[in-house]
Order: sequence, then C-alpha cells, then structure tokens
Amino acid sequence: MGKKFQGIFNVEKSSSILSSLAAIVVGLFVGFLVLLVSSPGEAFGGFGTILIGGAAGMRAVGQTLYVATPIIMTGLSVAFANKTGLFNIGASGQFIVGAYVAIVIGVKCTFFGSFAWIFALLGAILAGALWGALPGILKAFRNVNEVISCIMMNYIGMYLVNYLVKETVFNSLTNQSQRVAAGANVPKMGFDLIFKTGSRASSANGGILIAIAAAVIIYLIIEKTKFGYELKACGLNRHAAKYAGVNEKFSIVMSMVIAGAMSGLGGALLYLAGSGTAISVVDVLAPEGFNGIPVALLALNNPIGVIFAGIFIAYLSVGGLGMQMYSFAPQVIEIVVAIIIYFSAFALVFKGVIQNFIKGRKAKAGGESK
Amino acid sequence: MEYAIEMIGITKRFPGIIANDNITLKLKKGEIHALLGENGAGKSTLMSVLFGLYQPEEGTIRKDGKQVKIHGPNDATKLGIGMVHQHFKLVHNFTVLENIILGDETTAGGFLQMAGAKARVVKLSKKYKLDVDPDAYIQDITVGMQQRVEILKMLYRNNEILIFDEPTAVLTPLEIEELMKIMKNLVAEGKSILFITHKLNEIKAVADSCTVLRKGKYIGTVDVASSTKESLSEMMVGRKVSLQVKKAPARVGKTVLEVKNLTVKNKISGKNVVNDVNFNVREGEIVCIAGIEGNGQSELVYALTGLIKQESGEIILDGNNVANESIRKRGMAGMAHIPEDRHKHGLVLDYSLAYNLVLQTYFTDKFQKNGFLKFNEINKYADKLIKQYDIRSGQGKVTKTRAMSGGNQQKAIIAREIDRNPKLLIAVQPTRGLDVGAIENIHAQLIAERNKGKAILLISLELDEVLSVSDRVLVICEGEIVANVDPVKTSYQEIGLYMAGSKRGDKIG
Repeated sequence: MGKKFQGIFNVEKSSSILSSLAAIVVGLFVGFLVLLVSSPGEAFGGFGTILIGGAAGMRAVGQTLYVATPIIMTGLSVAFANKTGLFNIGASGQFIVGAYVAIVIGVKCTFFGSFAWIFALLGAILAGALWGALPGILKAFRNVNEVISCIMMNYIGMYLVNYLVKETVFNSLTNQSQRVAAGANVPKMGFDLIFKTGSRASSANGGILIAIAAAVIIYLIIEKTKFGYELKACGLNRHAAKYAGVNEKFSIVMSMVIAGAMSGLGGALLYLAGSGTAISVVDVLAPEGFNGIPVALLALNNPIGVIFAGIFIAYLSVGGLGMQMYSFAPQVIEIVVAIIIYFSAFALVFKGVIQNFIKGRKAKAGGESK
Repeated sequence: MEYAIEMIGITKRFPGIIANDNITLKLKKGEIHALLGENGAGKSTLMSVLFGLYQPEEGTIRKDGKQVKIHGPNDATKLGIGMVHQHFKLVHNFTVLENIILGDETTAGGFLQMAGAKARVVKLSKKYKLDVDPDAYIQDITVGMQQRVEILKMLYRNNEILIFDEPTAVLTPLEIEELMKIMKNLVAEGKSILFITHKLNEIKAVADSCTVLRKGKYIGTVDVASSTKESLSEMMVGRKVSLQVKKAPARVGKTVLEVKNLTVKNKISGKNVVNDVNFNVREGEIVCIAGIEGNGQSELVYALTGLIKQESGEIILDGNNVANESIRKRGMAGMAHIPEDRHKHGLVLDYSLAYNLVLQTYFTDKFQKNGFLKFNEINKYADKLIKQYDIRSGQGKVTKTRAMSGGNQQKAIIAREIDRNPKLLIAVQPTRGLDVGAIENIHAQLIAERNKGKAILLISLELDEVLSVSDRVLVICEGEIVANVDPVKTSYQEIGLYMAGSKRGDKIG
C-alpha cells in the first residue's frame, strides 16, 4: 500500500514540473517561428540572445533577479487568491498604491533614518491589503464578482496615485515621483558586489530575498496552517466551509487582504530598489500586476513554483532587451517575449495531458501484473 | 434466444481499481433486465462502456447478434440505445416539445417544423400512456412528468434499447408506481429495457431477469420470478442482509434539544416556511420528521444548525438557547449534522478524504498547534476512521472525495459526525441514493448511537425508514408539525394522510 501512495504522489508532482517545462518548450518554439517570419536571417542569433541573454554575465543575472522581484510578488498575489478560489486581477491597483505609500514614506519620513525602508515596506503592505480588502468585502457581503470590482480598483488606484503623486511627491522636471531618501531603499545586501560585470553593477538588491521569504511564508500558510485549510476550503466549496463553521465571509476578505498585501509589497520592492525608477504620472496600469497572472499560471499556483516562474519570465525579459542589437523591431521583441510567457501559462493544459499519459501507462502495467 | 444487446467479457480498469472485471450482460428483446449492485459495484462504468463514453480494455459488444464498436454517444444513438439519466438533461425554460426535439429538429428552409413534431409527440404520448402536455414548460411540471419527457425523447428518436439509470431515486411513491406501469407498456410494445437500480422491491415488481454485480465482478444473472428479495440482496452484498431493522426499546433520558415557537421565513417569498414549530428530542431516542419533500424540513434543519437565521423562536440545546450562536459554537456544544446535500454541504469534494474527515475538528488542539496543522495526527485519525467505518476508496486517505462512490462519501460524513461524540445528531436523509448494504449499515449506526444515549433527529422522506428506525414520528406539512405519533401504533396510510395535510393530530410540544 505504502508504495502505491508514493507512486501517486510522484505522478502528481512530476507531472506538475514536466507540464510547466513542456509549456515553456512549446512557447519557445512558437516564439522562434515568429522571429523566423519577421527576419529569417537573424532569427537564430536573436533567439539565442533571448535564451542566454539573461545569463550573459553576472550583471545580466543580477538584472534578472531585479526584474523578477516585483513579478514574483504579484505572481504570489494571484496564485494565493487562486488557491482560495478568487481571481485577483486587481494586482495592478494594489501594486501601485503600495508603491505610492512606500515612496511617500521614503521621501517624507526621513526621520526613520536607515530603517526607513522597513517602515516603507510595511506601509506598502498595508496599502495593498486595503486595496485588496475592498473587493473582498464586496464579494463576501454583497456577492459582487471580484473580477469586476478588482478591475475598477485598478483604475481607481492608478488615477488616485497619479493625483496624489502630483499633490505630494512630484518632481515636475521628470513628470515622476521624487527620489526617496537613501535609507528608504532596500539594502543591497552585497548583491551589487556579486552581480556586476566589470564596474557596471546590476540593480539587484535584497528585495529578491524578501520576495523569496514571502513565497515561503505564503506556502506555509496555504499548505501547513489551519488558516490555510479554511481559506482553501472556502475557495473549493463555500457552502461546505460554512457548514463546518468556518466564517466564510471573513475568509474571503482575508484572502483578498493577503493577496493585496503581496502586490503592495511588490510595488514597494520595485520602486525602493535604488535603481532610479520612480512612478511616472501617466495613465497606464502597472504592467507588473498583469504579469503576475502568467507567473501564477506557469507555477500552477504553487508559491514555491512562483519564485522560479518569476525568475524565468524576468530572464526572458532581460534576454529580450539584448535582442535590440539585432534589427528586430522593438515590437517584435515584445511579441516574442509575450508569446513565450503566454504559452507558458498553458502549463495546466499540459498537466492534464501528461497526467493521463503517465496514469494510462501505469494502469496498463498494473493491470498486466495482476 | 434473440438478444438485443450482448456485452461479453467486458473489462475496464482505472488506476488502482478494476471497475469492470470480465462482465457479461445479455439483454433479451422485449424484456426488462435489471442491473443490480451496490454503489461502486461498476454499474455506471458498464453503462458508460455501452454508451461509448469509455472504451473497455477487453470484451465485445453485440447488437442483434452482430459485433459492434461504440466509440461515443453518437454511435450508441445510431444503434438505437437511449438513456434516462438520474439527473435529467432538460432545458427548464423550454416547453416539453422543444426539449424533445432539441438536437433532432425537423426543419424546412431553416425554419422549424413544429406541427409535425408535435403530432408525433402526442401520438407517442398516447401510445405509451405517458399523458404529457407538449406545450407545458419544464419548470412548471413535476419531476415525474420531467422524467416522462426524458422517456419521450428516447421514443422520439426511435430508440429500441432504453436504459433507466436509477429512475426512482427522485420520485414519490405514487410516481414510482406509475413509472412501473409505463415501463411495462414499453416492453409490451417491443422495447427492451435495462433498469439500473439497487431497490429490490422495484426489481421484484417489474423486472424479468436480473444481473448482479459486486465490486466490479459479475456475480450472476437470475430469473426474477424465481428468486427472493433475500437471495438477490445476498448476491448483491455478498453476505446475508437483514432487511428488518432490529432494535431494543428506547431508554429515554433527559431532553437534549428543545425547539420553541421556531419560525423561519423565506427571504424571497416572505412566506413562513417553518411556522411556529415546537418539539423536543431526548437522550436515547430517534425522533423522525416525516413529510413530503419541500414542506419546510430543509429550512427547519438549516435554522437548527445555523446555516440560516430563524425569524423567531428558541433552539435550546442541552439547556442553553443557541438560536443566535454561530455554527461553530453549536458544533462545539454537541450538535452534529449529517447534511441533506453531501456534495454541497457535507464535503469539500476536491479535498482529500483525510482533510474531509477533520472538516469539523481541524481547529481543535488535537489537529493543530499554534495554527499549524498536525499532519501526523490527521493522517493517523483518518486511517483510524477509514478502518473503523469501512470507508472504501481507490487510494485510501489521500483520495479526493470527488473520486469516491456516493455510499462511501456518506460513510465518511457519518464517521466524521458520529466520531465527534455529539449529544445531538441531526441526520437529514442519510440513506438517500444508497444501496441496501449501506442503508443497513447506516441504520445500524444510528441505532447504536441511540443506544449509547445520543439524541437523534432524523429527517426522512422514505416511509419505510421512518417506520422502521424511529422511536417517535413527527409529521411536517407546510411548515407545521401536524402530528406526533408512535411508529408502532401507526400505519403507512395514517402517516400518508398527515403528510398530505388531510389529517391533523393533536399538537404535542
């Protein structure tokens, strides 16, 4: 009996990893076809750059980690909500309000000195949590579909932040938010020394460690705690959870609060990276919020998987930047990266196929031995 | 002998289980052939093979003596095989006629030709005495009528072989009688019927022969007229089954549940679905609430367990009014609930069996420490319950409950609720859709709990169950308790009159 159980666990786990890999391979192949169509002569070179550009030197590796940090956070946000039966398409709004609060604290609260970044991150977590809580409350108490209210909250968040940036921390020369104080940037933790090529340091910083820690914490909550058990039960069957005495309204709100907090923290980690990025006052939703969706899908909503999925997608993006030395139109580069990302999101489809395949073979083998 | 369908040596395997192991089923022309077996015996798998939904690993299917390959439902339809599913496939805001022709419409120049279709439906309805109004909307007709629409659908498509998948599970006793007549008419007109069931009374009433499956294996085919209910059930379960419930007289103790003036309002209609109800349940007795479906039983239970809020009244559990307490508090105070809908309320279907077995206790110190679940304890406990209550599943405690048979899902719920050692056990139709073996088992467990001094409130629609298991019967009609009778001193007929609302007893609080 014991062996049988193990076999089944392995089918589940190995098919998850295999399916994510299969999805990536198919995505890469289709991406390559696009390159081949757009510029046959340079397709191989360009494709090679996408594949290895993210690892071309320590600086590129550092850049990959830097780009990965915020999308790991939004990926966690989406994956966590998915696990509890909610579709958090509001990561973008939660991300930007988190970023704003972090920047305000970073600019205004200089009295925190070199600990300012901790308070800025906490503020961002609270802001994101609040932004997630509203759709959660609407869902729990008035049964408003969270997708609709999350989309609304994305726009409210973006316009509100644009307005508030102008009112409070505006740099009219760059049409962006002001720079935060040095103490508000997340410490480099030596990453700038490791990940550099020559004298050019990458933007890598301690944020990636915070993101990884967050993923581990989310994993523990979902898989190991009674709280996670309740949240998942609500997501899978709200009625049964209620029957079992779970406060299902509270659970729904808490799911969105935690998902929002993750996105908010992601916003802070992007803008407190010390890389010089700031919130631009333009009417565009933060793309990191939406990139969290394919990250979560590629990871099949597994928080630990999110770390790898986020790094993979960041790796492609960094590699894509390297493609500019060829004559590809920038749009083509974006398209190819997007194709690979979105094919990767089909991991779930591949999982079904692979699982059936493995099970079919096992069943046959088992049947014959009996 | 001429056979309409022969399935010979069918074997179908799933991971960890052989659902059909070398099964042979031969359906003669013009007979009603029952397919009998417990839940999980492989009846549905066999029918899915016949319908082309599964491809068997071994075995052949013959239609009228000729070997056929069935790759999907379309092939089955072409061969004249039709099925009435347990859950009807009807469009509720379509008329009967529209539902019947759906998917098989006669058109001319792109326009529907309803007149011809209607004439045919009316003719078929008359011929087989189905008495269906083709212009009625599905949502306005009874479940029994809806089933006849499903039958008409098969007839309209000139199906020769009709499969009925547990057709009586959803019907009232009167409707069942009429269905039996219809089935006899159908075979008299030359159709052949495969009748999937686990109810022995029905097999004795209509079937000519009966094939029995047990745990995926073919046990045998018998002539119904020359076999007894006892012999059939023994074939099905594999051991002697007592069809009579044996129990010692009740030793009644103090009152555990007292319901006072309980009123529940329907939020949408504003009507009182439970109207000023008073009753009590004492230690060591099984009190049964009998009634026709939809007379307020569900709402009464929802209010008692806290799933909905009552309009007014008191629910006194062990001396404390819990009417305004949360579900969790009621559970902790000793109320256990075997819900009516095991898929909606009873289980988180995509959770493992182990997770479902601790659904009511995961938060106790036994299974968690500082908010972290104790997986060792949960697994140990699950193994214990699986063994103690004989819960069967493909992969033991890690099986997703969705993949378990209905009987075993129910066993899991009952194990979980009884093992919490409650003072009051509310069991709502605990044997619905289950087979003889499982019913016997559940009744025995309810009686064992009663003998241990638990108070049990049983809500049942089955009069057999009401009269055989309970110590006291309350009859509910239109949200009111209209009678409080002793099951030994009453009769089917008397309770039937109370249930229909044409008789009222003395109100006893």
